[in-house]
Amino acid sequence: MSANALKGVRNAAMLIAGLLVAWQALYWFVGDAALRPPLATFRYTLNLVTSEAFWPHLSETMRAFAVALAIAVSVGLATGFWLGSHKLSSQVFEPMLVAVYSIPKITLYPILLLAFGLGMPAKIAFGAIHGIVPVALFTINAVRNVRPILIKTGRVHGLSATEMVRAVLFPAALPEIFTGFRVGFSLTLIGTLLGEMFAAQRGLGYLLMTAIGLHNVDLIMAVTLLLITFAAAVSSVLLAIDRRLHRRI
Amino acid sequence: MSQASAHVSLRGVTKTFPSAAGGELHALGPVDLDLRRGEFLAVVGPSGCGKSTLLELIAGLSPPTAGTIEFEGRRIAGDIPDGIGVVFQEDACFPWLSVEANVAFGLRKSAIEPAAKTKRVREVIELMGLTDFAKSYPAQLSGGMRQRVCIARTLVKEPRLILLDEPFGALDQQTRLLMGDEVLKLWRQTGATVFLITHALDEAAMLADRIAVMSARPGRLIDAVETNWPRERDSRIVERPEFGVITARLWKSLREESLKTIGRAK
Repeated sequence: MSANALKGVRNAAMLIAGLLVAWQALYWFVGDAALRPPLATFRYTLNLVTSEAFWPHLSETMRAFAVALAIAVSVGLATGFWLGSHKLSSQVFEPMLVAVYSIPKITLYPILLLAFGLGMPAKIAFGAIHGIVPVALFTINAVRNVRPILIKTGRVHGLSATEMVRAVLFPAALPEIFTGFRVGFSLTLIGTLLGEMFAAQRGLGYLLMTAIGLHNVDLIMAVTLLLITFAAAVSSVLLAIDRRLHRRI
Repeated sequence: MSQASAHVSLRGVTKTFPSAAGGELHALGPVDLDLRRGEFLAVVGPSGCGKSTLLELIAGLSPPTAGTIEFEGRRIAGDIPDGIGVVFQEDACFPWLSVEANVAFGLRKSAIEPAAKTKRVREVIELMGLTDFAKSYPAQLSGGMRQRVCIARTLVKEPRLILLDEPFGALDQQTRLLMGDEVLKLWRQTGATVFLITHALDEAAMLADRIAVMSARPGRLIDAVETNWPRERDSRIVERPEFGVITARLWKSLREESLKTIGRAK
C-alpha cells in the first residue's frame, strides 16, 4: 500500500513536471503576446493572492460555487432517490432529464439573467443547473442498481422505510452517487465561472474577463493557474475517495 | 399432531401472482403443513414449483392469497415476525460493512445493551470460524465464507425458526457437504426449527428429519418422507444404505413432476 502511494506521488510529480516543461515550450513558441512563462506566472500569482483587491473576488466565487454545489447535490440526490425507486416517475421524467442534460446550458443564461438579475443569484442558478442533472442521473442509476437481495435482507431484519434508505439503499448506492458528485462538482464549477464571465461585477470569472479586455496576460495566467490548481487538487482527492469506495464492491 | 402444538402451521395456503398476460398465475397451493418444534424439515421440488414462494410467505415477506400461516400460534400475514431468521441463496452480505458489522446488523432491532451485543457478535463469529476475518470486508472473502457471514448474521438474532432458501446452491459440492455438517451442528446447538428449501435431493436426504416433496406448479405437497436419522449425525451418513433408499424414494416421487417442468415453456 505504501509502495503504491509512493508510486502515485511519483507519477503526479512527473505529470506536473511534464506540464511545466510543455508550458515553457509553448511560451517559447507563441511568445509574450499570449502567454507568460511558468516562473513569471508564479511570481505574479503570489503578488496577486497577497494583494487585498483579490480576496473579494475569490470569496465571491467561492460563495457562489458553494451554494450552487449545495443546491445541485441536494436537489440532484432527492430527484435521484425519488426517480430511482419509483418506476412510473422515472419513465416519465428520466427522458426529460437526459434531454435537458444535452442542452448547451449557456443558451439559457440570458433567461436566467432576466429572471434573477445581475449578481449572485443568477451565478448560483447557472452553476446549479450544470450540476443537478449529472448528480440526479448518477443517483437514479445507483439506487436502481442496488441488488434486490440486499433490500430483501433489510426487510427480513424488519427495517422501516426510512431505516431502509439510511442503512441499506444509501450505503449500497454511495459509490455510484459519489461518482455523480465528482462529475457534478466539476460541472458546477464550470457553470459558476461561466456565469461570472458574463454580466457580473465580482468574482474570478469577472476578473478573467476584465483581464482579457485590458489584455493583461499576467492576470489571465495567474487566475487560470489558480483555478486549475484548485480544480485539479479537489478532483484528485475526490477521485481517490471514489476509488476507495468502489474497491469494496 | 394438533395445529396448536405445531411450531409452524400452514392451512390451505395458496399464492397467485398477476401474470404478464393480464390473468393470474397460480404459483402455489393449497398447502397444508406442520413443523414440529426443533424439527429439521426439507422441501424439495422441481424448479419453478413455488418452493421459494412458500419460504417468502413463512418469512412474512409477502402475504398468502388464501389460507393461514401461524408461527408459535400467532398469525403471519405479510409482516415480518420476530424470532425468524432467513438465509438466502444469493450473496446477501452488505459489501460496505466489515464481517463484524455485517453480523452486528442482525441485532439492529434487538433491545439488548451494547456490551452484550458486542459479546454475542464475537461469539457467533467464533462459532462460524470467522474470527480471523472479523475486520475483513466481504469482497475479500470466498463465496463459502460470505455465506457463513450471512448465516452468522441470522444466528446472532437467536431465531427460533431458521429458513434456508437453497443456501448452498452457489457453492461447490465439497463445500456444500461441509456446510451441511455445520448446519447440522448449529441446528443441534441452537435447538431451532429449520426449514430448508433445496433442489438437491442428496442434500435434503442428508440433512433433514423429514422431507416434503412438492409437485410442479402450482406447488402442492405430494409426498412426505421421514428419514429417521439420529439427531447426532453428519455428512458421513451418505455411506449408509438408507441414504440411497431415501434419495431413490424422493426421485420416484419427483421424476414425473420434473418432466412436467421440463416439457413446459417458461
